[in-house]
Amino acid sequence: MSVQPMVKAEAVHKSFGAAHILKGVDLEVAPREVFCLIGPSGSGKSTFLRCINHLEQINAGRLSVDGHLVGYREHDGKLYELKDREVAAKRRDIGMVFQRFNLFPHMTALENVMEGPVQVKREAKAVARERAKALLDRVGLADKAGNYPTQLSGGQQQRVAIARALAMEPKLMLFDEPTSALDPELVGDVLDVMRGLAEDGMTMIVVTHEMGFAREVGDALVFMDDGVVVESGHPRDVLSRPQHERTKSFLSKVL
Amino acid sequence: MTEVTDTFDKGPAVAGSPYEPIRAIPVRHYGRWISAVVVVALLAWLVYAFSQGNILWGTVWDKLFDRTVLQGLWRTVLISVCAMAVGLVLGLLFAVMRLSKNPVTGAVAWLYIWFFRGTPVYVQLLMWFNLALIFPVINLMPLYKNDTVAVMTPFVAALLGLGLNEGAYMAEIVRAGIQSVDEGQTEAAHALGMTGTRTMRRIVLPQAMRVIIPPTGNEFINMLKTSSLVSAVQYTELLRSTSNIGSDSTAIMELYFVACFWYLVLTSVFSVGQFYVERRYARGSLRTLPLTPWQKVRANLTTLRRPKVA
Repeated sequence: MSVQPMVKAEAVHKSFGAAHILKGVDLEVAPREVFCLIGPSGSGKSTFLRCINHLEQINAGRLSVDGHLVGYREHDGKLYELKDREVAAKRRDIGMVFQRFNLFPHMTALENVMEGPVQVKREAKAVARERAKALLDRVGLADKAGNYPTQLSGGQQQRVAIARALAMEPKLMLFDEPTSALDPELVGDVLDVMRGLAEDGMTMIVVTHEMGFAREVGDALVFMDDGVVVESGHPRDVLSRPQHERTKSFLSKVL
Repeated sequence: MTEVTDTFDKGPAVAGSPYEPIRAIPVRHYGRWISAVVVVALLAWLVYAFSQGNILWGTVWDKLFDRTVLQGLWRTVLISVCAMAVGLVLGLLFAVMRLSKNPVTGAVAWLYIWFFRGTPVYVQLLMWFNLALIFPVINLMPLYKNDTVAVMTPFVAALLGLGLNEGAYMAEIVRAGIQSVDEGQTEAAHALGMTGTRTMRRIVLPQAMRVIIPPTGNEFINMLKTSSLVSAVQYTELLRSTSNIGSDSTAIMELYFVACFWYLVLTSVFSVGQFYVERRYARGSLRTLPLTPWQKVRANLTTLRRPKVA
């Protein structure tokens, strides 16, 4: 392996109480790769995504981002839990886009995008404002800067959410079913923004039900079911010629 | 009826699409009329009873703007505002402590709320006032040293008694407000790299305010009235100053009327303010704002008339 993987998971397990969600996930995401995660609901793909920026803590295995363990520091063969502040610092480099947008409703679109740089990176407000305007322009919402989230459509909110994540200049972007809560005619705008990001070389992990997007934009695709990786490969291969029965039956339902 | 048709014809009756407006007889609410008559009769009887009672109404009027009474009024406002401020700060602090992952702060907050919410505020006032029985001297070694009796003036005892009690209630109100904010908000803030403290201050608390403000207004109105208890620690507020005059001049009931009048003025003025503050914070979260009282009266008056076709 010449290039260090952006994300590396080895036998990752996660349970919530008695519910065993991830049962040993192994995968690698290369830098500048668009990595798509598909699978039926409850298969653990969203949970895995949330483990990557430590919104969930894994129970077993090793998970690292850019060569650093997530949530722990290893020293003399022992694992030490990171402090709240250290975890927060690591999350700066990982952007996340949620299914339900989770924009801050008490702030305008522009303030939402400025919040991270100003509060976390201590960027000067004037600088952050200019960059936020440029980012809103990039997602096609330059004219909506002064609007509050409730005054925006779902698709517009999700694009503001992407701009908010990009404002931190992350090296990795996580997308958790970014178009699942959108009306069908609004999905295209969000996917266009994501396609643009991919062309710019952003490393992206995308949990999605948009098979068309996975096929066109994705560099790698993983089919997860019941907490394990069932099949992986290039999206065109997996989607056109699935090898496993479970993949075949899932794809027959969604394609 | 002609008027109704007139107003409608000015409306968007586009030529080529004629449609007949519904002209129905509205439901008649006879019950409302009967109950209104009953209520008015009862009120009239009550007013008559009071006017015939052994009350010197002239005295009520005379004492309404008495200097001592106004001084009591001012002190009621002062102690209420100060105690509420103490309560707000403590409430915020203990709510955050209670929700913290730290078991020690959680337990301390639980204990505080358990005690100060679980015992009568009257008892708490008396205990603060008599604190010298347990701690005769207040000694903050290098900084300050004084006799407790000298420190524990009526105002301080009243402030501590009301403020700490209020803090326990406010803690529960703030906690409910914090818990009402969607968890996705915290996750989004964490994903941006914010620490827990910053997330609370920048993201959660501003949104919790919408839930916190209405019951806080209620608490303040309660405080205006509960402050009448602090006469127990020799703080001469509105009730104490009026009843002092009352027993001196044997016009007891008259001076209670004076007190009631001023309490009603305080709570009414504040209620109006509260209504508009709440209405303001409802912006952006409600599709239609609640009607102001004036708009409500107007709406009710128009239903008495025949409805305009709308």
